[in-house]
Amino acid sequence: MTSVAPTRDDRWQIQIRGLYKSFGAQQVLRGIDLDFERGKTNIVIGGSGQGKSVLMKHLMGLLQPDSGHIYVDGEDIVGLRDVAIAKVQRKFGMVFQYAALFDSLNVVENIAFPLIERYRLPRGEILSRVRDLLRRLDLDNVPGVEEKFPAELSGGMRKRVGLARALVDRPQILLYDEPTTGLDPIATKNVDEMIRRTADDFGVTSVVISHDMASTFRIGDRIAMLYDGKIVACGTPAELLAAPDPRLREFVEPSGAVKFGVSS
Amino acid sequence: MSDASPTNPSGGAGEFSSTKVVRLVGRVFGPLLGAVAIFGLHLTLLGRAFTWLFRRPFRLRLYLEQMEFIGVGSLPIIMLVGFFSGAVTALQGIMALAMFDQQRWVGYAVGVSLARELAPVFTALMITARAGSAMATELGSMRITEQIDALTTFAVNPVHYLVTPRLVASILMLPVMTMVFNVVGLLGGYVISILVYQIDLGQVLELFRHWVDPADYVQGLIKSVIFGMAMALAACYQGFNVRGGAKEVGRATTAAVVSSSVSVLVLDYFLIEIMNVIWPSQGM
Repeated sequence: MTSVAPTRDDRWQIQIRGLYKSFGAQQVLRGIDLDFERGKTNIVIGGSGQGKSVLMKHLMGLLQPDSGHIYVDGEDIVGLRDVAIAKVQRKFGMVFQYAALFDSLNVVENIAFPLIERYRLPRGEILSRVRDLLRRLDLDNVPGVEEKFPAELSGGMRKRVGLARALVDRPQILLYDEPTTGLDPIATKNVDEMIRRTADDFGVTSVVISHDMASTFRIGDRIAMLYDGKIVACGTPAELLAAPDPRLREFVEPSGAVKFGVSS
Repeated sequence: MSDASPTNPSGGAGEFSSTKVVRLVGRVFGPLLGAVAIFGLHLTLLGRAFTWLFRRPFRLRLYLEQMEFIGVGSLPIIMLVGFFSGAVTALQGIMALAMFDQQRWVGYAVGVSLARELAPVFTALMITARAGSAMATELGSMRITEQIDALTTFAVNPVHYLVTPRLVASILMLPVMTMVFNVVGLLGGYVISILVYQIDLGQVLELFRHWVDPADYVQGLIKSVIFGMAMALAACYQGFNVRGGAKEVGRATTAAVVSSSVSVLVLDYFLIEIMNVIWPSQGM
């Protein structure tokens, strides 16, 4: 349980050491040790109720652990408050499961929200940054998209607007909360592609929380499995396939998404 | 206590009956404690909302939007209800006063009932139905679609962004709408008593001016401020604390309307008692 501060290594953007968290009598995280690699797509898989979302909220300082440390670029963010935690939060962009766009704001206002709340930028600059993102995420080919409200957008577009909002403040780390939940296979592939492309185009570190095995093995550079509040397996897809943990196998095989022993 | 050794059989029986008592007390006072706890949570939210009022950024636009929605948006319904409340009060007043041939008192009757009771209470109930329910639904659906979580990821406090503007706008707009209700209600009374029942305007006005006190209006407006706060607080509390899905949002909306309507009427009673001490009623 005693955790030693990791030596600073530029390869790892986020390093979690000995993270514990309980809600009342229920222990959700039981000593998480996990590293997320800079510039790569890091995936945390696990069934529902295994603590994935709780772990994610800790990364952005939205929850405080009972004990343990989270180092973002070597800085321990546990216990930071107000201005200090806000500064760390600017390194993150979060893409919500169902986009979580603000209903009362149009597309431009939604994307510009983080800039407006965090800085005093001239209108022109905000607008040009928003338009740049609309272009890069292929949202500008829809006529009048800037003035549309979330209710007028399709699910896929909402997701991309949500991604644009997460990217607008040029984060170093993008968190995706179950990005493919409830999507059909084609939409899932599109989202996978979007995650990969974003990682390449924007050079961000991606952290994806998922229980979708197929897409995990398609896009993941590093995969960690969360089971019962602990990390039970961690490594590259090839490493996980080579030495499958029984719990991992149990989770994966019923889905039929991945065949062990067959190289992907 | 000294004879209560572990081997004492009566000790066991006593323990048994005491747990029974605890359970009984729990069953009787449990709901009461629950109610006290919920009341406390409302007050906590109120406290947080007011603390955030004085912190930057002030986001004036959010306040204006809410004031527009609660105030301007409620104008038609307030005017409609106000007109007919005044008219009905005049009608009933004339019928009662006719027994003593004192119909000229109708102006006073309408004026004072509107100022003290009808305007603040009906305005609060109408705005609860219209704006309070909308607040609970909006905040509830923002909660279940993670929009409230999204705010926190941009270091925006959801109470600051969502609750404070609604609370302040309600507190500011309820007295304004109450005054609108008063004016339109008097117009309704005028139409019935002067135009329909042909009561002498001079006498009605004279008695109205002499007997309706500015303090009556002050009392009504003070009440409306407190009703506005209670209404917005109940609506925001219910909306903010939705857990689950669309069904829960519906339940929260119902709960918000019920709890703010009830609290308006209960508060009304206690406020009357308090104000009777401050302004002892004159010859009513």
